[in-house]
Amino acid sequence: MLRSVGLNAPEELFDTIPADILLRDLLNTPPALSEPELIARFESLAAKNSAAHRPNFLGAGAYSHYQPTIVDSLISRSEFFTAYTPYQPEISQGTLQAIFEFQTLVCQLTGMDVANASMYDGSTSVAEAVLMAERVTRRRKVVVSGALHPEYLHVAETYVAHAGIVLVRAGFDERSGTTNFDELGDLDDATAAIIVQSPNFFGCVEDLQTLAERAHKVGALLVVCVTESISLGLLREPGAAGADIVVAEGQSFGVPLSYGGPYLGLFATREKYARQLPGRLVGVAADKEGRRGFVLTLATREQHIRREKATSNICTNEGLIALMATIYLETLGRRGLQEVAMQCAQKAAYAARRIAGIEGFSLPYAATPRFNEFVVRAPVAADELLRRLSSEHNITGGLALSRYFPERTNDILVCVTETNPRSEIDALVEGLAELTK
Amino acid sequence: MANIPDDLHYSKDHEWVRVEGDIGTVGITDHAQNQLGDIVYVELPRVGDSLEAGGVFGQVESVKAANDLYSPVSGEVTEANETLNDDPEQVNKDPYGAAWMLRLRLKDAGEVDKLMNAAEYEDYTKKITE
Amino acid sequence: MTTKATPHITQNEALIFERSQTGRKGYLLPALDVDETPIDELLPAEFRRTDDLEGVPEVSEVDVVRHFTRISTWNYNIDLGMYPLGSCTMKYNSRLNERVARIKGFANLHPLASEEDSQGALQLLYELQQHLSEITGLAAVSLQPAAGAHGEMTGVMIIRAFLDARDGVGEGDQPRRHVMLIPDSAHGTNPASAHLSGFTVKTVRSTPEGQTDLDALRELCAAGDVAGLMLTNPNTVGLFERNIREICQIVHDAGGLVYMDGANMNALVGWARPGDMGVDVIHLNLHKTFSTPHGGGGPGSGPCCCTKELEPYLPVPRIVRAAERYKLDFDYPQTIGRVKAFYGNFGMAVRALSYIETHGADGLREATEAAVLNARVIAHGLASDYDKPFDAPPMHEVVFTDKRQARKGVHTLDIAKRLIDYGFHPMTIYFPLIVQGAMLIEPTESVGRQEIQHFIEAMRAIAREAVETPELVTGAPHTTRIGRLDEAAAARKPVLRWRPEEKAAVA
Repeated sequence: MLRSVGLNAPEELFDTIPADILLRDLLNTPPALSEPELIARFESLAAKNSAAHRPNFLGAGAYSHYQPTIVDSLISRSEFFTAYTPYQPEISQGTLQAIFEFQTLVCQLTGMDVANASMYDGSTSVAEAVLMAERVTRRRKVVVSGALHPEYLHVAETYVAHAGIVLVRAGFDERSGTTNFDELGDLDDATAAIIVQSPNFFGCVEDLQTLAERAHKVGALLVVCVTESISLGLLREPGAAGADIVVAEGQSFGVPLSYGGPYLGLFATREKYARQLPGRLVGVAADKEGRRGFVLTLATREQHIRREKATSNICTNEGLIALMATIYLETLGRRGLQEVAMQCAQKAAYAARRIAGIEGFSLPYAATPRFNEFVVRAPVAADELLRRLSSEHNITGGLALSRYFPERTNDILVCVTETNPRSEIDALVEGLAELTK
Repeated sequence: MANIPDDLHYSKDHEWVRVEGDIGTVGITDHAQNQLGDIVYVELPRVGDSLEAGGVFGQVESVKAANDLYSPVSGEVTEANETLNDDPEQVNKDPYGAAWMLRLRLKDAGEVDKLMNAAEYEDYTKKITE
Repeated sequence: MTTKATPHITQNEALIFERSQTGRKGYLLPALDVDETPIDELLPAEFRRTDDLEGVPEVSEVDVVRHFTRISTWNYNIDLGMYPLGSCTMKYNSRLNERVARIKGFANLHPLASEEDSQGALQLLYELQQHLSEITGLAAVSLQPAAGAHGEMTGVMIIRAFLDARDGVGEGDQPRRHVMLIPDSAHGTNPASAHLSGFTVKTVRSTPEGQTDLDALRELCAAGDVAGLMLTNPNTVGLFERNIREICQIVHDAGGLVYMDGANMNALVGWARPGDMGVDVIHLNLHKTFSTPHGGGGPGSGPCCCTKELEPYLPVPRIVRAAERYKLDFDYPQTIGRVKAFYGNFGMAVRALSYIETHGADGLREATEAAVLNARVIAHGLASDYDKPFDAPPMHEVVFTDKRQARKGVHTLDIAKRLIDYGFHPMTIYFPLIVQGAMLIEPTESVGRQEIQHFIEAMRAIAREAVETPELVTGAPHTTRIGRLDEAAAARKPVLRWRPEEKAAVA
């Protein structure tokens, strides 16, 4: 083939690269591994991740849930995972219809009118919601709950650093474990939005209705963030409580933990704000014969057309992960989702009750409604306790809150899901009791 | 052949203005709608907004493009054509009539002298299409 | 040679909501094994939903399997054949990569597990960083960005942070140097990303030969307000920017930094390194150059690599090594912050590392060779039928225009749609914007001679049709289950979700 294009040696293909830049030698990367060697190497790396091989009570933005077998088997079809973005609708109807179903399911679960085809994850969705609130209201101040996931807050701060938007942190009520907006009194007609997470980072359910009223009174939007999306199977949908934008982490819908990614950002809003949405949108369309199809639409919002005036710079999103969530939701369906949510809440309640019964342990926010995460206050330093629970009892007991809040030395965030059988919960309780007696 | 009514004034950005007393009615020309293709959405200013000649007053979108709309004259917006929200195709079908975009109270009636008349606009569109 | 494609019967399939039947179940969970708490005690009524999840479908497992299997058959995909999509690098998605990503020790690992319980994951990320650093010739790497545009945003934020530290911030948080230069041929994500960091975009024009115009660049830099230049190399018309060293020099002399969009790295890996060209910061697309799957629109991964000088500004946490342990290091006071929760798309990092180690150093070099050669063969094969605006030899992608065909009323869009009837996914169309009716073709190394020949023959046949039977082209595609869709109507009255009262047919 070289000769067919008039060349004699492969190096000539790179004639247009200046000689002083052209590499003569091989890169200093390893020599090729055969399949068996590569598998063995990766298996040995994976074996070192002991947390992946034992009972897990970690939540805080990433959740262990059962993934029905058909989810992985269907997304592994070549036609889904090796397909490109559906810019040519005639030969991408599979991808497009699946996204349309995904958008619909997100609307149903969040109680909103329109949802996009996905964002990178929950944290970047919050950041993009801040930018959207500014576009919609033309106001530059956003009030953020003190109980928003700390990493999410950090991402939002990074995004808006030079966007001319100010993030004001609202207080956190130590007694109830929920957001305290009265403390700051920052809601006024310069406020674009209030951002609140529910259930919040500490597992507590927030009073979205009241927050919506307070936001709307000053002409601001209410943005609700959900990290444990399974909660939507039981908890009142944010749309019904008056949310204007709902963002969420969809990883709970059959997506593996995978050390933090790829995950799935959900983004939904009211009909009237549809044209301010970031990200891709799939809509219904017809061909000349009137046959129904699906197509990427309202593309003039996006970067490839609007460039610097786009609603976002997002291009590639989380297509295959959105497909996983779609298959998960359709497999479990209405009743399955309710059952999973109920089991999570029931098991968490059982775990909370039993842990509260251990001498020296308490639940600081016991009186506040929660879903499947709760804060436990131990009689000893949490990180050491959890370390011993791992090494001596082979259980990942939860998150030491000191990771984000250094002053909370004895607090642990525990998450329970339908994947924790009673025996594991009992073992956790016994482990905690034994290590603190 | 694009339609270019005689009684209007035209800007280089392909907007027209009809002057009646101290009220100006603004829209985009037949040439413009033809270049843009099927219009799917028009973003209009709010009543009360103050516009400067040459300033952006909104956006017009087709499937594959979004273009800024520039006001040919200065003034305060008295009316915006909300029917274009439900029926943006009007811009393609009747750009000088039903698809008027906004009305404003002219700040300075003399500004229209800086714009082109129908003959000048026709020459202009011929030149730029070459 | 047998024709590449032929029409074939396929199943119809409605929306899942239209298939839903009350009472159908697709799952079975273990029974609840703890003592039940009464529901009102568990969660007071005012916090519970009351819509009973109305509208969420109820279907059986077989329903779900058939549903997705049927609709999957409507998709073109890499395993089916070449995607000649310029700028996308649609190469083979190795099954081995898929296998290792699914190893339980990776798939089941929680991101907040302690460092000692995640050493394998941290080591993997660290090693990938090392390799990407070697490949790009840039000292420091962050794997946190989740996609190319995300990596771009990160890179531009780093430039902003560096310049603010060096020059100070202007009034009202305005960057002292507020202009970001972007070529007229750039991908839309570039200006969008620049805007987020408070920069104003100014365009640098290209020469008729498809290179960055150095005089235009010098003129813009002379204004003294330039923060940097964002460029792609090879550029979006597939040509290597021969003056890249001088371009970087001009920008550096003017006090700015050079950002490179790494989308076209598939022409460089193993043969040239952006760091050696004078580039300060780059983003990579693991879902392009490093073969991680496109998945119908993601997930991607957009690592950001930069010089030692810019390293302090990278997102936190950094993955570092101390003695034989791998750690998360948050101690970077000048960091721009976090661009995503946790550490990036770890699953894609696993696949990319597998790609690098499967190829080995010589395999990486050979892949680049093959990618460029394939593009040259196509450039050569189509030059007699299609107008090729630039004479310089293309790298891994080549651009043509529809100038000749347009004389007969056949345009790029029509040619693209007709290519579908020949069994190919269309090439990238109408990008870059500086080429009228652009058709940007990138075969990648994952195509053999036969497939390339099929492609060339298909394009030549379409060129003949454009002259002899243009309606065949303007009315294409003819063999798909639906034809061209009325996108204007879809945008005027957008229907973006299913609702219970809607019928199957659309107005």
